[in-house]
Amino acid sequence: MHYLVLGAGPAGVTAAETLRKHDKTAKITLLGGEPEPPYSRMAIPYYLIEKVGEDGTYLRQQENHYQDHGIDYVHGTAAALQGKAKRIKLTDGSEIQFDKLLICTGASPITPPVPGLDRDGVYNCWTLEDARHIARLAQKGEPVVLMGAGFIGSIILESLALKGVNLTVVEMGDRMVPRMLDETAGVMLQQWCENKGVRVMTKTMISEVTDGPEGLTVHTKDGDKLDAKLLVVAAGVQPNIGFLASSGVEIEHGILVDHYMRTSVPDVYAAGDVCQATDFSTQKAEMLAIQPVAVEHGRIAAQNMAGKVTPHEGSLNMNVLESMGLITASFGLWMGVEGGDSAKMVDLENNRYLRLEFDGNKLVGGQAVGLTEHVGILRGLIQTELDLGPWKDKLLKSPERLPEAYIAVSHGII
Amino acid sequence: MQLALVIDPGKCTSCKQCEMACAYEKEQTFNPAKSRIRIFDFHEEARFVPYTCTQCDEAWCQQACPVNAITTDHASGVKIVHDNLCVGCKVCTIACPFGTINYNADTGKVIKCDLCGGDPACAKACPTDAITYSDVEQSGFEKMKAWAAKTDAAAQS
Ligand SMILES: Cc1cc2nc3c(=O)[nH]c(=O)nc-3n(C[C@H](O)[C@H](O)[C@H](O)COP(=O)(O)OP(=O)(O)OC[C@H]3O[C@@H](n4cnc5c(N)ncnc54)[C@H](O)[C@@H]3O)c2cc1C
Ligand code: SF4
Ligand code: SF4
Repeated sequence: MHYLVLGAGPAGVTAAETLRKHDKTAKITLLGGEPEPPYSRMAIPYYLIEKVGEDGTYLRQQENHYQDHGIDYVHGTAAALQGKAKRIKLTDGSEIQFDKLLICTGASPITPPVPGLDRDGVYNCWTLEDARHIARLAQKGEPVVLMGAGFIGSIILESLALKGVNLTVVEMGDRMVPRMLDETAGVMLQQWCENKGVRVMTKTMISEVTDGPEGLTVHTKDGDKLDAKLLVVAAGVQPNIGFLASSGVEIEHGILVDHYMRTSVPDVYAAGDVCQATDFSTQKAEMLAIQPVAVEHGRIAAQNMAGKVTPHEGSLNMNVLESMGLITASFGLWMGVEGGDSAKMVDLENNRYLRLEFDGNKLVGGQAVGLTEHVGILRGLIQTELDLGPWKDKLLKSPERLPEAYIAVSHGII
Repeated sequence: MQLALVIDPGKCTSCKQCEMACAYEKEQTFNPAKSRIRIFDFHEEARFVPYTCTQCDEAWCQQACPVNAITTDHASGVKIVHDNLCVGCKVCTIACPFGTINYNADTGKVIKCDLCGGDPACAKACPTDAITYSDVEQSGFEKMKAWAAKTDAAAQS
């Protein structure tokens, strides 16, 4: 048996290890498209602020980890999948034959159709290679513009701000992180960032990038001109599926998989940012594109590949973000459901906010700003679908009693 | 033999000795807010529940960590955060369904119960044996572990 795992991010690495756990003798190849040892994109912001070195971003820290687990980690870029022949063609012309394939090639940043984004000084913040360029240019006091204040944009914002650059962020939407935070939380976050000296421009777009006195001039559609040494583009991502053209693998936004993480081509599975799999909350195929979900997918796909039948019941969407000391988190259906109940605790003065969303007696979503103690309980309550009984009414009055509610209900104190 | 914290809420009187002992052991302060174990008071029902990490088998915190900063000690089953590797991303804090791994803004890292390297201060401090360190397969904690299993997106191996 030869398992080929395509992509050496968190999904791929977890999958290769899980395959080994369940199949002691098979040949396992992990193919990575970047020159470094398998690393975590998520750790890049901490590399930028020098909290860790490059090696601190590596997914596994033990020396010879892959060798010790009998995993062949090789470099190369897939160019085409020939599903019937069970073969991957690489860009260098070589081929790899497999018995079972897992595609976890992740996603790549989108470059919006804005003139001038091909200039020197314009970078994404997606790979370690990108990060090295940004680290070089984002020096203290230098003018820097960030395009996009979505989840990833806002994470990068934090590192750039901590590096002490003179930062302006330009966001198309009406608030920061519109897909993770509601208006109350988004506005709180924006005011917080502005108080910390970051200029936040919403409801506007970058229309062009030209030469400027600092290197670049960034033009907005409203006529603002921002001089910058560096422009970081965080305008969304798209799955890496180019090599699947005419492979027969069914794709909607990402690779479609069934409950066992199988694609439409026999013996070909998919996991992580590249695939569109069941969301716990909606039970629909969604692109969640977060680290814990990539790991979950990788593990479940590998178990199924190794013959340990494991249905995927759905992964929970959840995010946590720190912005210069203000921590925000969101879980599941934080925007609520029709006919459901909602509880809010808003404390603008102290930058604290908690919103809970219920469907009947169950918690289905939530958001927290400035509250970190026991925050994981939101996940616990949502995913165990615990019936809150009389505690629901208590929570409607005082949402901050959530940890008590969880402990009471799970210990039968009702 | 694998020892574990065995918690019997029925014996807890909410004296908070465990919180003080933990805060002192870990942070050299008698401030219960710094404790990794917490007593939840349900005064109306006269019930008190000591609450901390169960060292659960699934170890969501460990699975979610992007840089391998949480590992399992195979002899004791304890999940340990390595401060030198932790980048402070907080993903573990949203992944643990009990909320028993928490961010410490002072250090920029996360904290959780590590059983004090095999001699937990809370158990020593508890005057009523509501918290003991033993190998008893005890129902309360086992039940909590069973709760944890329900969080999974799939059956665990
Ligand atoms: C700056 C930044 C911060 C982030 N912060 C968070 C966060 O706080 N929380 C969170 O949950 N998520 C965060 N994310 C998202 C998270 O990193 C991703 O969800 C996660 O990396 C997805 O894992 P994956 O294994 O699916 O894909 P990836 O990690 O993208 O790995 C894909 C792998 O496939 C390889 N590859 C691609 N194409 C090919 C090809 N044709 N041939 C061979 N190999 C190929 C790549 O080189 C790479 O090794 C962040 C991402 C970034 C960039
Ligand atoms: S912190 Fe949470 S997820 Fe981690 S071992 Fe403890 S209970 Fe399990
Ligand atoms: S906060 Fe630290 S221990 Fe937790 S997931 Fe991030 S790096 Fe790992």
